[in-house]
Formats: sequence, C-alpha cells, structure tokens
Amino acid sequence: MLDLTPQELTAIGLSLKVASWATLVALPLAVLVALLLSRCRFPGRLLLGALVLLPLVLPPVVTGYALLLLFGRQGPLGSWLADNLGLIFAFRWTGAALAAGVMGFPLMVRAIQLSAEAMDRGLEEAAGTLGANRLFAFLTVTLPLIAPGIIAGAILCFARAMGEFGATITFVSNIPGETQTLPTLIYTLTQVPGGDAAALRLTLISAAISITALLLSEVVARAVGRRVKAP
Amino acid sequence: MSIDFEARGRIGDLALDAAFRSDGRLTALFGRSGAGKTTIVNIIAGLRRLPHERVVVDGAVLSDTAQGIRLPPHKRRIGYVFQDARLFPHLSVRQNLLYGRYFARGETRTGLEEVCALLGLEPLLQRGVTALSGGEKQRVAIGRALLAHPRLLLLDEPLASLDEARKQEVMPYLERLRDEAGVPIVYVSHSVAEVARLATTLVLVEDGRVTGQGGAQDMLSRLDLGLAEERDTAAVLDGVVAKHDEAVGLTTLRTQAGELRVPLLAQNEGTPVRALIRARDVMIATRRPEGLSALNVLPGVVKEIGTAHGAIVEITIACGEATLVARLTRYSVDALKLAPGRKVYGIVKSIAFDPAATGAFPGSESR
Repeated sequence: MLDLTPQELTAIGLSLKVASWATLVALPLAVLVALLLSRCRFPGRLLLGALVLLPLVLPPVVTGYALLLLFGRQGPLGSWLADNLGLIFAFRWTGAALAAGVMGFPLMVRAIQLSAEAMDRGLEEAAGTLGANRLFAFLTVTLPLIAPGIIAGAILCFARAMGEFGATITFVSNIPGETQTLPTLIYTLTQVPGGDAAALRLTLISAAISITALLLSEVVARAVGRRVKAP
Repeated sequence: MSIDFEARGRIGDLALDAAFRSDGRLTALFGRSGAGKTTIVNIIAGLRRLPHERVVVDGAVLSDTAQGIRLPPHKRRIGYVFQDARLFPHLSVRQNLLYGRYFARGETRTGLEEVCALLGLEPLLQRGVTALSGGEKQRVAIGRALLAHPRLLLLDEPLASLDEARKQEVMPYLERLRDEAGVPIVYVSHSVAEVARLATTLVLVEDGRVTGQGGAQDMLSRLDLGLAEERDTAAVLDGVVAKHDEAVGLTTLRTQAGELRVPLLAQNEGTPVRALIRARDVMIATRRPEGLSALNVLPGVVKEIGTAHGAIVEITIACGEATLVARLTRYSVDALKLAPGRKVYGIVKSIAFDPAATGAFPGSESR
C-alpha cells in the first residue's frame, strides 16, 4: 500500500523538516513571550498579546501576503536578512518554515502562558531565599514546572505547522522539492485528473502523522504532569 | 545574634512604620492578622521593598535605603519558612532539602544527617513532597531553609494551617530548632499559646506599627499593650518538672510562683519548662479558701490594677518572683477592696493549663 512516489516522499520529508524547524525556532521565543505576558506589567502588553494572536484570527492568505511583503526579497526585513546574514526566505523551504512557525506561534504561546499563570510564583521566591539567583531559579524551578505547557504548546505548534497551507502557498508558492509540503502536494493532486487516489493516500498519511504527534504529546505531558503536579 | 529592623512606607492597604531590635534566640512578631507581621518578614527576606528600610542582621547590612544598599533575596542568606511551606513539587524530599546547600559553598555546612536528626526527617527522605502531611511539609521546609546555612531563620505562622494534633506534632521540633540549631529565629504568630511556649523576645505589631518589645514573660503580662484587646493577657511561668503522679494523672511543676499541679506532661522530671496561665483562668480570694476543687492556690500581693474595659478589669499579682495576671469584674475588685499592696491568693484550676502552651524551655529557669 505504501509504495510512495519520490515526489510524495520528498513532500513528506520536507513537511517534517519544515514543521520541526518551525517548532524548534519558535519554542524559546514563545517561552519568552509567554512569560512576558503572564508575569510582567509593561506598556504595550495588551498590544503584544494581540499581535501574537493575530495569525490565529487573520485569514492565512493575509498572513502569507504580509510575510511576503516583509520577508520577500524586496521586503524591508527580507532584504536586510539576505544582505547581512545570507538568510533568504522567499520561495525557499526556510520561508515555508517561517510561515508555519508564525501560524503555530499563537498556539504555543497560549499553552505556555496558561501553565505559567497556573504556577505558584511563591516557589520562585522560595528558591530565591535559598540562595538561587533568578536564572538558576528559572532553570531549576520555573522551567520544570511549566514543562507540561511547553510540551503541549510545542506539539500543537508542530501539528499546526504540518497542516499549514494558506500562508505557505501565498508566501513561498508550491515548488516541488523546495516548498511543496504535504498539504500543498495534496492540493496539487486534487487539481490534476486521476490524482484522487494519491491525494487520499497522502491525506491518510497526514492524519496518521498528526494523530501520532497528539498521542505522543499526551503520553509525555502525563509523565511530566505526574512528576510536577502541585499539591 | 542580633536583628535591627526599621521600615516606613506603604504596601497595598498597609501603612508600615515599624522598628525593633532583638538579640533573642527566638523573636516572636505577635499581633492580629493583617497587622503587618508577614510584611515585616518579607522585607527582612528582601521579597518586598519599602522606600525607607534598614535591615541589619548580626552586623551585616542587608538593606539600608539611606546608604543605597539593598541586597537581592538570594544574597541575604535569610532562611524563610513560608506558611504554605512552598516545597518544590517536582523534587523529592531529599532534593528539596539539598536545593539551597549548593549555594552555601564556603560556609561551614550544616550536614544533611544533622538536620534530619534534628527534625526527624530520615524516614521521609526518599518520598515525594506531594504525599507529605501538613506537619511533615513544614518540617521539610524548615530543614531546607537550615541547610542553606542562613544567618537568620524566618518562620511565618508555620503552624497556622495545621490542625491541633499536627501542631502538637511539630511543636517539639520548633523547640529543638530554637535550642539546638544555633540560628536566631524570627517567628510570626497570632497565637498566645505558641508565643508563650516558644518566644524569648516578643515584638507586638499592631496596624503596621510596633507597639512594644521586650522579654516574652514581661510583655505577655503587661496590661497596657493592647493585649487586653486581644482578650488574652497571660502570665508565663518558668519552672522545672518536679514530679509526675501518674496514678492521678498530674504533674507538679516547681515555678517562681510556687508549686503548680497541671495535667500530666510528657517531659522528664527535672526538665525546665514554661507554662502559660491566661488572665481569664485566674480567680482571686482575699483569704486562703477551703473546700475548693482548684488545686493551685498561690499567695501573692496585688501589684497593679489596670484600666477598666466596661465591666472588666485586669490586675497583676506578685507571687514570689513571678507575676500573675487575673481578669476580674470591676464589681469584684470593688467588693474585695483590691488595691496595690493587698495580700491575696491567686487560684488556678489545673485543667486551665493549656498543654499546647506548656513545653520544654531550657535556659529559662535562670532568668
């Protein structure tokens, strides 16, 4: 049954690569933003919160177009990054990862923010009175205690990234081997005569990957949650 | 061992303007809920800040706004046992205990074995903290703070969230902590029984101000310090366990005020103890009464008659070297013609002794 064509294998591999990079790069940033939002009172906090959630409420096509304007070769950020860091997003798999990361970011931040708000901040104070500076207290107390939220957020972001379509196709198009991920390939197959069987097969594979990710997150979150459950 | 504290400013609804100094082994901050006791210990630990504050412990300036000094909490070496223990739920008891030891490098380390022995923690070491009882949690929290090698230990109502049985379970450990750990303690409490049993020095806190400070014995029996409002003026008597009479279930204490018979205590004969006699549990007679069920009749001389609150007056009586406090009606004071210098007998029922407030207190018999 699983006699996949090279094109399909490439798309699956690319999807996994794009989603993994999107999740890994977004993760530290999401932890930072979630802690800022849950802990700090600063001017512009509401604005930051709204900005983070924006990709969740905007049509993905709009997000993709905004990315194109900002990170395209002529865009202000895109040209600067290309000139200074040699980092090009337009019509590359890196662009697909950026689009996927931006779309998954709000889910990740929400999950981490919720667990940070549920955590007893008194525990950090306790660590301080025992001699731990802020960084050490963060690494040994805060991070382990919000780990379930971080894991849940990462999995949600990964699953969202695997399924990203609208922003990706708008920003980096649908180039086989470079930006053609699972969803865009499925879309392509449904547009050509006789592609239905292949599309169905890929749909099942896509579903299997997502379900595996969710089950995995459940298992890990339970193991961690048991360990850190507050009294 | 000395603490010098001074702070002025507002935190939320509380206007704090408090200063005290103490060189006692256990200094109790005593007052009603909301009086500002916890805020004071939070300032000592560096967890809250005020525009004007000065905290000096054993000569080390932890905070002095006049000099622009304010050490962050992790550099103060102040152990803090929170009311809710605040153990790290993701670590075992042993890991919790050792958390602060990492930072105590270069200090003469208090050993894990020593602290476990002091607080009876050995059987708990391998357990997770979520399965501990309230009393066990407090003991682990105390051990954890001790192992960080603090110069001062803050205990914020460590017994408040425990039921009576658990309080009695933890109390002996607090006594040992005070007598054996060699770390001065600031103890926050609103319970006369706890304070009477544990404190060497008492600081009264009311509405963000310190209204009095001094030796625990003197402070608890003073009539003018707002303790009357708390309706719990009391005498604290130091003594030793003279003998147990298990047949009738009584223990005789030899105190400064004379012999007292109280319900059987657990302490061995010869142990120095401290007993609390609340003013409302003391009756006064002008002649030695006969045919009386109460077992303790202490001869003395009226020292002072307090100000009346409605129908109620409190008086102090000198009994030997000790001072008893009695709460009477103004009518009785008039009827018995009580006045300073008058010879009277203080009568205390044995069952009025609160076993929760009677405990070992070494060093007290010499005071």
